[in-house]
Amino acid sequence: MMVNDAGRNHFLKVLNEGVRYDKRKMDEYRDLKITRGCAKTAEGSAEVKLGETHVIAGVKFGLESPFPDTPDEGILMVNVEQSPVASPEFEVGPPSIEAIELARVVDRGLRESKLVDLKELCVKEGEKAWFISIDIVTVNDDGNLLDACGLAALAALQDAKFPKVVDGEVDYHEKTKKGLELKKIPIPVTVYKYEDHLLIDPTHDEEVVADARLTVTTLSSGEICALQKGGKSPITTEEVEKMVELSLKKGEELRKVLEKGK
Amino acid sequence: MSYDKRLDGRDFDELREMDASVGVIPRADGSAFFRMGGTSAYAAVYGPRQTHPRFLQDPAKGVLRCHYAMMPFSGAGDRVRPGPSRRAKEISMVTTNALLPVIDLHAFPNAIVDVFISLPQTDAGSRCAGICAAALALADAGVPMNDMIGAVAVGRVDDKIVMDLCYDEEAYKDGPVADIPVAMNHRTKGITLLQMDGEISKDMLMKALEKVKKAMDKIHEKQVNALKDKFKEAKAEEKPEKK
Repeated sequence: MMVNDAGRNHFLKVLNEGVRYDKRKMDEYRDLKITRGCAKTAEGSAEVKLGETHVIAGVKFGLESPFPDTPDEGILMVNVEQSPVASPEFEVGPPSIEAIELARVVDRGLRESKLVDLKELCVKEGEKAWFISIDIVTVNDDGNLLDACGLAALAALQDAKFPKVVDGEVDYHEKTKKGLELKKIPIPVTVYKYEDHLLIDPTHDEEVVADARLTVTTLSSGEICALQKGGKSPITTEEVEKMVELSLKKGEELRKVLEKGK
Repeated sequence: MSYDKRLDGRDFDELREMDASVGVIPRADGSAFFRMGGTSAYAAVYGPRQTHPRFLQDPAKGVLRCHYAMMPFSGAGDRVRPGPSRRAKEISMVTTNALLPVIDLHAFPNAIVDVFISLPQTDAGSRCAGICAAALALADAGVPMNDMIGAVAVGRVDDKIVMDLCYDEEAYKDGPVADIPVAMNHRTKGITLLQMDGEISKDMLMKALEKVKKAMDKIHEKQVNALKDKFKEAKAEEKPEKK
């Protein structure tokens, strides 16, 4: 849905009075529901509903020969598909630049936090290692896919169990009890800027009129492990500070939700 | 050897447990979720909207275009690579043809109705679950239709005709297997999709198709209830305001 200037001006006018269309506070997330194990064919899966935004993540394990430059490591790969099911703006065909950015931001958050020790995925050096693919597919886009996809990937990884291996081949019919040891829980929180206002978890209508955004992925230690600035307007260093603070605060709450549901 | 008992314990004519609901994707003009056992499908309808690419545009009537896609982790084995495969393209085409006979294309000349099907998990019968979901989503979107479409796979495992095969039955090793996905319109039971792989005699095929008609009524009931439920919910929401 394209929003014209009048739509944006009205949104800003209301925002200046401290009000969002759905009456939420600036730092208020929508209702978050996480359901694990929703796709039985995956080794791990999770469905995330953030208000009306809905995504499904699935983890698949494969046994492959490791790359020559890292013979003692497995692979963790993240892919996001903006399925045309989810929005009139998403199309069939090669991924759009928005879909590529989305996948890379989620991927970076996981990768840079080193939440999985890739050496632990090695089965036999130079010969066999676990290749783990996390695929996230959109079902309904009502804004803030960046956070929803990041949370779905984490919940699916928490749900994942290694499949059984028979004579060096994966038997996808049976799962073992062994899960992935997650060293960190990197939580992405994207803060959106509208003139001098900052808010989080926008709906689609709010998202399309934003000036800029910053995705901050944080760890429980308070460290930041990934950043991505988006949007066409600049942000000041003062704003970056506020955005990081907001992300840290919200990340703490979201981490508790993820750990509780495990 | 005879196939005396189904691998999952069902009766030979018994369908797997079904779930159906509509309006599950708010951004779409119509949407549905349909689950048959371990196979789940989302369908979303967008349109009638402007036709892209333009050469498809027809001033006499509208266009229906279905698109079938498995989520990468929805297969029984390895990861399914995203993007259209030959299999997905063919299923998209036969799905479109399965639904076309009940759609009034003359109601939206020049425009296109897109139906996107996405499956989070599959355990055989994915094109059938996709068609059941797509028909529901079209009805939910208010696209003019003169009937409902249902779909199910019938088949033979060894000496028995079985309804709604699961993956383990399709892969049965101790005897011949045939897998026959069928779609029908509700009122006249016209066949709008028919495919088969495996081996089967003419007699067994005709018996199997007769059995499908009964199964279709059960699927239809589930679909109608899903559509009615949406309006029940809408009515319940309306009531307090009237007071």
